[in-house]
Order: sequence, then structure tokens, then C-alpha cells
Amino acid sequence: MPKDSGIGASSKRREDLRFLTGEGRYTDDINLAGQAYVYFLRSDMAHARINRIDTSTAENMPGVLRVFTGADFEAVGGIPCGWQVTDRQGNPMQEPAHPVLARGKARHVGDPIAAVVAETYAQARNAAEAIEMDLDELPAVVDMKAALADDAPKVHDELDGNLCYDWGWIEDNKAATDAAFEAAAHVTTLELVNQRLVANPMEPRVAVGDYAKHSDESTLYTTSQNPHVIRLLMGAFVLGIPEHKLRVVAPDVGGGFGSKIFHYAEEAFCTFAAKQLRRPVKWTSTRSEAFISDAHGRDHVTRIELALDAENNFTAIRTETYANMGAYLSTFAPSVPTYLHGILMAGNYKTPNIYVNVKAVFTNTVPVDAYRGAGRPEATFQLERVIDKAARELGVDPVELRRQNFITEFPYATPVAVEYDTGDYNATMDKLLEMIDRDGFEARRAESARNGKLRGLGVNCYIEACGIAPSALVGQLGARAGLYESATVRVNATGGLVVMTGSHSHGQGHETSFAQVVADMIGIDESMVEIVHGDTANTPMGMGTYGSRSLAVGGSAMVRATEKIINKAKKIAAHLMEASEADIELKEGQFSVAGTDKSVAWGDVTLAAYVPHNYPIEEIEPGLEETAFYDPSNFTYPSGAYACEVEVDPETGKVQILSFAAADDFGNIVNPMIVDGQVHGGVAQGIGQALLEQAVYDENGQLVNASYMDYTMPRADDVPFYRVDHSCVTPCTHNPLGVKGCGEAGAIGSPPSVVNAVVDALQRAGHTHVTHIDMPLSPSRVWQAMQG
Amino acid sequence: MYNFDFARPGSIDEAATALQGEEAQALGGGQTLIPTMKQRLAAPATLVSLTGIPEMQGVCLDDDGRVCIGGATPHAVVEAEAAAHFPALAALAGRIGDPAVRNRGTIGGSLANNDPSACYPAAVLGTGATIKTNTRDIAADDFFEGMFTTALHEGEIITEVRFPVPEAANYQKFVQPASRFALVGVFVAKYADGVRVAVTGASEDGVFRWSEAEAALSADFSADAIADLSVPADDMISDLHGSGAYRAHLVGVMTRRAVSAAT
Ligand SMILES: Cc1cc2nc3c(=O)[nH]c(=O)nc-3n(C[C@H](O)[C@H](O)[C@H](O)COP(=O)(O)OP(=O)(O)OC[C@H]3O[C@@H](n4cnc5c(N)ncnc54)[C@H](O)[C@@H]3O)c2cc1C
Repeated sequence: MPKDSGIGASSKRREDLRFLTGEGRYTDDINLAGQAYVYFLRSDMAHARINRIDTSTAENMPGVLRVFTGADFEAVGGIPCGWQVTDRQGNPMQEPAHPVLARGKARHVGDPIAAVVAETYAQARNAAEAIEMDLDELPAVVDMKAALADDAPKVHDELDGNLCYDWGWIEDNKAATDAAFEAAAHVTTLELVNQRLVANPMEPRVAVGDYAKHSDESTLYTTSQNPHVIRLLMGAFVLGIPEHKLRVVAPDVGGGFGSKIFHYAEEAFCTFAAKQLRRPVKWTSTRSEAFISDAHGRDHVTRIELALDAENNFTAIRTETYANMGAYLSTFAPSVPTYLHGILMAGNYKTPNIYVNVKAVFTNTVPVDAYRGAGRPEATFQLERVIDKAARELGVDPVELRRQNFITEFPYATPVAVEYDTGDYNATMDKLLEMIDRDGFEARRAESARNGKLRGLGVNCYIEACGIAPSALVGQLGARAGLYESATVRVNATGGLVVMTGSHSHGQGHETSFAQVVADMIGIDESMVEIVHGDTANTPMGMGTYGSRSLAVGGSAMVRATEKIINKAKKIAAHLMEASEADIELKEGQFSVAGTDKSVAWGDVTLAAYVPHNYPIEEIEPGLEETAFYDPSNFTYPSGAYACEVEVDPETGKVQILSFAAADDFGNIVNPMIVDGQVHGGVAQGIGQALLEQAVYDENGQLVNASYMDYTMPRADDVPFYRVDHSCVTPCTHNPLGVKGCGEAGAIGSPPSVVNAVVDALQRAGHTHVTHIDMPLSPSRVWQAMQG
Repeated sequence: MYNFDFARPGSIDEAATALQGEEAQALGGGQTLIPTMKQRLAAPATLVSLTGIPEMQGVCLDDDGRVCIGGATPHAVVEAEAAAHFPALAALAGRIGDPAVRNRGTIGGSLANNDPSACYPAAVLGTGATIKTNTRDIAADDFFEGMFTTALHEGEIITEVRFPVPEAANYQKFVQPASRFALVGVFVAKYADGVRVAVTGASEDGVFRWSEAEAALSADFSADAIADLSVPADDMISDLHGSGAYRAHLVGVMTRRAVSAAT
């Protein structure tokens, strides 16, 4: 019987009422009295020396309040990077300065060079056209391997070349891995591109800066996934504002997918300019600007090798990856190809020797950072593609080859330094096979063939490290922040609760699912619990939402705080019933004394806490409000098995996805409907990557497809009706809810099964030379592949 | 967008006069022009809207049985009202853009713009339609002069398009994945005196007639008749959505499909 409330119930998303009726309050809905507007003049060259910027005409244009250039920010810090990677020699990565407005050089198309603040947006834009710039165009570097050549133009003159770092994971594994390849019975090699993507959330970025002279307080309203992180980074590193004088508010946010984690120059600019001008300053990104100023995702070029023994056991994996950082280091950019990628390279398999090498490279392109899945899709894709290729070379069933090499005993310490606490990869694979009728595939293929279509089936597994934390571990790995989460639970006198969380909801439905958890613990109706997030002024310091961490880490903090509440409430209840605290039970919102018929209601206890007439005042304080910070002891490891069936039109190369099935192990599930939705959305983005999306730069560093006329987003008819299952549950062993996280799984797990399916279709049709096609598998690429 | 004046004349004559003004430009559905202005790539001083002119609206049949479409008729109206008379044309209109685009975008705007990937040019050239303006009639074969270029003079207004209705016709559109304009679109129309084949999306020169296929199909209206024909890849557009060779290949595929599907 499905539950109708609390943990396990598919409660309707309460936030949808405001989103669907136009009552959502997004950053662009915030308009402050006296607000001015900023227009950023961005470089249209990928690489240019800035000789002179003449703003005199612009300054005298109608409505102009002030024109800013890089020189105005000399006393201000640069945009910081939140993660320092240490290279193979033990040296820190090369870390360039990242000014708020370009100084000396512009380093990518979209790099802001000047900013005009005016009474209206149109006036600001008009004035920006009157700025005279004397720029020398410099040769641009776009291709990563070319950027590493000795004579390549340098993105940052002060650095030693364009290599950010050359990272080995784990360096001590290298010799043994090389030896295992020497001894291998079979080696499969695959070279591939994990293409650059643009996140494209529905809502473009917006920032509104405000300043109150009387209190010397700055406020930034911004489209962020983590307002506290922005406050910390911008306050401490850029503008030098202490936390108590800086408030960051991220109200309703229309999707982020990673791109709204990072601290962006526009946020610092609006906060800074508001104080300078004593006027609120607003910036709303256009979609065109978003393409050239939001951090991009992926952009890896990889060579992976898989070694097998004579019995087809995996004996070693060796990879070499070039990872594009773009022109500057975005907030978490260095961690993505390393600690979110290299440490996942074992996948679901017991491969004893693994060595990962990653070279991170600066180029004259938009900075690249975390995008839904971040590093883990890149790891999963190469691994699951090379396994499929190996199965074909060896003439064995790709499912059986995977099964044979599955990790089956937990906890399992991988050779790439993480410990999987729990999982059951055979269970999700069994479930998947149940869902897809593999035996019926041949008949379906014959039917497709009769219609002139080539049918293929692709299967893959995935594992991810989620619930991004623990602080001590990420600190050792170079993170410049902790990765705990926080919650304050405030119980009101009449029994309702307000939970203030440091995580942030921008589409995930936290306001519903978090309330389910707290209500369930107390045994009250979900409607009695309100979730508050997004404002540093009224939520405890928390690290925000990304890495599928909100329920696993933020939810755990909520559980801890609610436990404290319940413990205190029991003391009050014991006092009211003149019983011993140890005998008090809480069930369905009633406190009772074990073995008696004495009880008091939740509301009586909460009222007593705030009207403490009859109260154990010597023992405990009045009131009922508790805060907890939760820092887990490990990542969580969601895993699963995905399958995709496609038809290829042999005349045009067009791929149609006929079915997609996902069998996931997310641990315990709080709201199955929301989890389904998260998987649907993730798979849509994965299909987008597999078939449609790619940011394309030409050799001059121009982003060729910087609009929806040429950048292909997935549309409804590109995706099938999904079959999604999450009934395979191995609860996480180290958090109180036993949850693992589900936000990124779809995007991580789906691209390889789509590509495996297309390659399978072509192989079965006799195109045996097609062992791989680089994403996106557009009609023209698939057709080209068939031409040989 | 820069500031501009706006005129909404009620007749073709008034519109023609308004368009004599300094830097005046006609506005159809605005589906191309408005985005261009928002990007500040166009800056007309006056926009002369053609959508308030009753003579330029709607679909009808003339005495010769031609389907006549008012120059300011939106695609959605063509989809609905041409269906009974010329289903291939109605189907083409029904696959342009999305509902919002079809409710605003007009046939006159599409033809005047002559985007190399637009759909209507294929139907107009593929039927040998006549483009009627406020000053003259222009035969389809004389109208299209290469990408984004037409025989229209400054300020000239497309008031109507007259399509001779074929015995059988079909439009096959293989979409460019992002914009969903035609990567390659082929309009095939069979008349008593021969077959016309017009190709959009593919060529560097914009919409063109594939005369070799026309000759073969006029002799034998079947997909097999053109199985061995191809257009030269050199003249085809090559971009991130497909090479010239791919487009040339698709011209063959789409033409054969159009012939097979023609009704
Ligand atoms: C999202 C999207 C998808 C689209 N998909 C397709 C597609 O799949 N296939 C396709 O063919 N098209 C497509 N279009 C284009 C659309 O169909 C419009 O027809 C086209 O944009 C121009 O028509 P309009 O009426 O909007 O013209 P406008 O944008 O108003 O004007 C375009 C040009 O024509 C001139 N003009 C307008 N009307 C006249 C007239 N009567 N006489 C002379 N000059 C005139 C204007 O001055 C201007 O120069 C798409 C557009 C969008 C925005």
C-alpha cells in the first residue's frame, strides 16, 4: 500500500502551486526603489590586448550614472577558485587571477570589459555602444592539445604555459597498472570526446545589488544554488565585506544544473556598484549572454584502455584525459575532472589496478565547471563505452561481461581511494532486464527491419559519488570550504514547525520532501511543516544544493535537529504527565507514558514550551528550537542499470529513441513521485548530451552556436516515455535516513546506453567498422559513420 | 531594440505610402524582424504593420482554380484553410516552427525574407506560383535571387501568392535539429504538363529547382526514376549540422520520399 503522507508518500509538490500559477518570486521579479541597470560590454574577440578604453562619450549619454572598467576594481579581489588541485609532482595547480572586469587582456568571447550603469537598461546599452575600445586581437587557443604546444599563445601571460595541472590518480598505482597491461590477455582501447555543453536553465542569471548606508549593509539577490557560499566567497575574497554586513538572497530559482553554483563576476559587480552609487543595481542576463557567460560543462578528450585476463576479468584501467578549464578557473572547476571523475573510475567493477591521468588546460573559451553529474558522467561514459567495445571484440554478452566483473561485497575499497559502503549491482541489473524484455528484442528488430529501420539495444551501469561531503576528506583533496549541511528547526507555540535549511531548492521539490521527513518523525501532518531556504539572513550557514547532496546531507541535518527537538519535547511531556522521561513515547503526534493510558498531544507540549507555567524550568530552557550541522563520514553511492532501445534511419542517420528504462538504487526513498521526476529530467539531459547538444567553437574562439537556432536542446518529442524503477534499495549505511541522492543519476547513467544502442544498431546492420561515434549522435554524424 | 515609430495602415495603398518614409520597413508577423531588432542588428525608423489590411488576409480560390493566399496570412490560417484545396501546402504550413510562430508568421514575410532554410520558398518555386505585389506580378522563377535576396524592390509589398494546384504534391522536410527549419526540404508537384521539384535548406544559392529530377519524374513519376540521380555536393551548404555531401545525399532521399508520398 503506498503511503499517503510522510516518508514514502508521493505527496504533491506544494511549490508547484506558485510556480504554475505565476506566483513564484524569482530574482528578476525583485525591483527595488531607485534601481539602476547595468549593461556589460563583453569582448567579441576570444583573445585581445586591451590598449585603451575611452568611456568619455558614454559617460555623457542620457541616463548614465557611471561607466566602470577593470581599473575601478584594482583595490578589489578577483573571483576566487574554491578548490586547489595538487599535481603529480606535488605542486599546486597554476591559478590565474580572475578580475571582475577584464584588465590588460580579454580572454574569451563574453569576458566583460566594461559595465555601464544607467537609469534604464536601454540607456545603459546605448551608452555601451559609445565606448571606444582600442583592442589588439591576439591569436586564440581553443584546442586543448594545441594549447599545450610550446609555441602556443598563452591565455595568461603571467603563467607558465596553458597547463593548469597534470594530475595522477593514484600516482602509486601507475607502475602496477602498466604491469597489468603488459600481462593482459586482451586490451580494448577507446578514444572519445565528452563534448562541451551549455547548461541552459530556463531562468537566465540575474543579480540585484543593494546597499544601506545607515547600517553599512550590502544585500545581493541572486540566482544561486548556494547563497551562503556566494556570501562567503564574495564577502571574504572579492569585496572584503564581513558576513554580518552582507546578506545574500536566492529566492525562487528557475533551474541551475550546476551553472548557478559558482560565484560570478556579475554578482560582485552589482554588490560593489550599489555601494559606490548608493543605488540598487540590477543585471538580468539575456539568453545570448548566458551562452557566453554561464560556466559550461564537460569538455573532456579521453583515451581509455581496459585490460582483461584470459577469463575476461578486468585487470586494469588506464586513462588519459584532457580537461578544458576555459579561460579562468570557475569556482569548482579544478575538482570536476579530478575528484568527481578520477575517483569514480572503478565504476561498478572490481578492477584491481586503475590509473587516471588528467591534464587540465586553459583555453580562450568560456570557463568550464560542474554541470549535472559533473565528472561522473565523463567517468561513466568512457568506462561503459569501453566495456561495450570490449564485449564486442571478445564476442561476449555485454551484460554478462559486466556481471562477471561486478563488485559484490561491501564495503568495497576501490583502487582509486573511495569506499563504497553498500550496493547490489546484480539486483538493479536483474530489475532492468525484467523491465526491457531483452528476449523479445530480436522480434522487435525484425519488425524494425521490415520498416527499413535499424534497431539497437544498449545497456550500461553507473555508480556515482553523491552527497558531496565529508569536509575532512574534501579538505585533504584541496577543497577550500567545508561540505557539511545545516538545519534549524523552530517549533511554534501551537505546534507548527518552520525548518530553515542551508540547502537550496531550485526545482527539486525540497519544500515538499523535506517537510515529509520532519512530519514523519513527529507523526504530524506535512502541512504543519514549512521549509525555509535561500536567504542567509534567516537560514544557518550551509553549503547549498549540488552533487545530489540535499537530502543525504541537508536532510540528515534536519533529522538531527528534529531529534534534538523530540528529546527536549519528551522532557516537557514527562514533566506534564509526571512520568519518567525514559518512559515517554512519541507516536502520531501524541506523547504517551509506556504501559499507561496517559498521553499529551504534540500541541500541548509545544504550548508548554512557550507558556512555561507548568514547566521543568530548572532542568531545561523554555522554547523549542534546535540547530544541527551534519557532516557525513563518506559519500553516498547511488548506482543502477539503464537500457535504451533505438531505431536508426539508415538513409538519414536520424536516431529515434523508442524506449528508455532506468533501474536505480537510491537507498531509501522519501517521495517516489519526485524521484521519478528527477530521473526523467536527468535522462532528458543525458539524451540531450547523447544525441543533440554541443557547444562548438571555431578556431578563432567564436562560439558558433550561441543561440537556440543552432544549439540543440532536447524537446518533448526527442525523449520517450520513460520506465523508471527504484525498488532496489540498499540503504546508505552512514546517514540517518539511509538515502543516497537521485538528482544527477539520470544525466550520469543515460548517455552511454544511448550510444551503446546506436553502435549496436549499426553493428547488427553490418556496419562492423563503427565501434564508436562521438556525441552528439546527430543525424549527420551517424550517417557519416555509416559511410565508413 | 532601438526606438521606432509604428504605423498600422488599413489598406495596401496606405501601406505603400507609409513605406516611402525614411527607413521605413514592412512588418509581417515579426518572427524574423523583431528578434533581429532585439539584437540591434536592424534599426528601422518606422515599422509598417501589414497585419491590419483585410485585403491581405485569408485563403481563397480564383477563377482559374488557383489557391490565393493573402500576403499577411499567418501560417496557421494556411494550415487550416488550404487543407481542402491544397493539402501539401497546408501540411507544409503546419510544420513551420511552433504554434506561436505559426499564429504570427506570415507567408509574405517568409518569402520576402527568403531564408535559405525556409519552407515556403520550396512550395512557391515547386509550384511555379505567382507572387503578386502592390505594383506587379512576379513569377516564382524570377523571384528568388539567392540567400536572403529577392526580386522585391525597396518598399514593395507582397500582397498575395497564387498557387496553381497540382495533381499530386508533397513536401518532405528533414529538420535542422536545433532550429527545426529545413536542413533539407523538397517540394515535389506533379502537373499535367510536367513535374516540378524545388529544394530548400541545402544550397549556398538558396532555394533551387532540381531540373534533372524534374525531367526524370516528368517521364516516370516514381521514386525509382530518380534513384540514381544526385545533386553536386560542392554547391551545398556545409555547417555544424551537416556537410555538403550529407545535404546532397538528403536531397535525393527527401525527393524520393516526397514522390512516394505525393497525393
Ligand atoms: C522559432 C521559429 C521557428 C521557425 N521555423 C520555421 C520553419 O520551420 N520554416 C520556415 O519556413 N520558417 C520558420 N520560421 C520563420 C517564420 O516562419 C516566419 O515566416 C518568418 O520569420 C517571416 O515571417 P514574418 O511574417 O514573421 O515576417 P517579419 O519578421 O515581420 O518580416 C520579415 C521580413 O519580411 C519583410 N516583410 C514582411 N512581410 C512582408 C510583405 N508582405 N511584403 C514584403 N515584405 C515583407 C519585413 O520587412 C522583413 O524584412 C521560424 C521562426 C521562428 C521564430
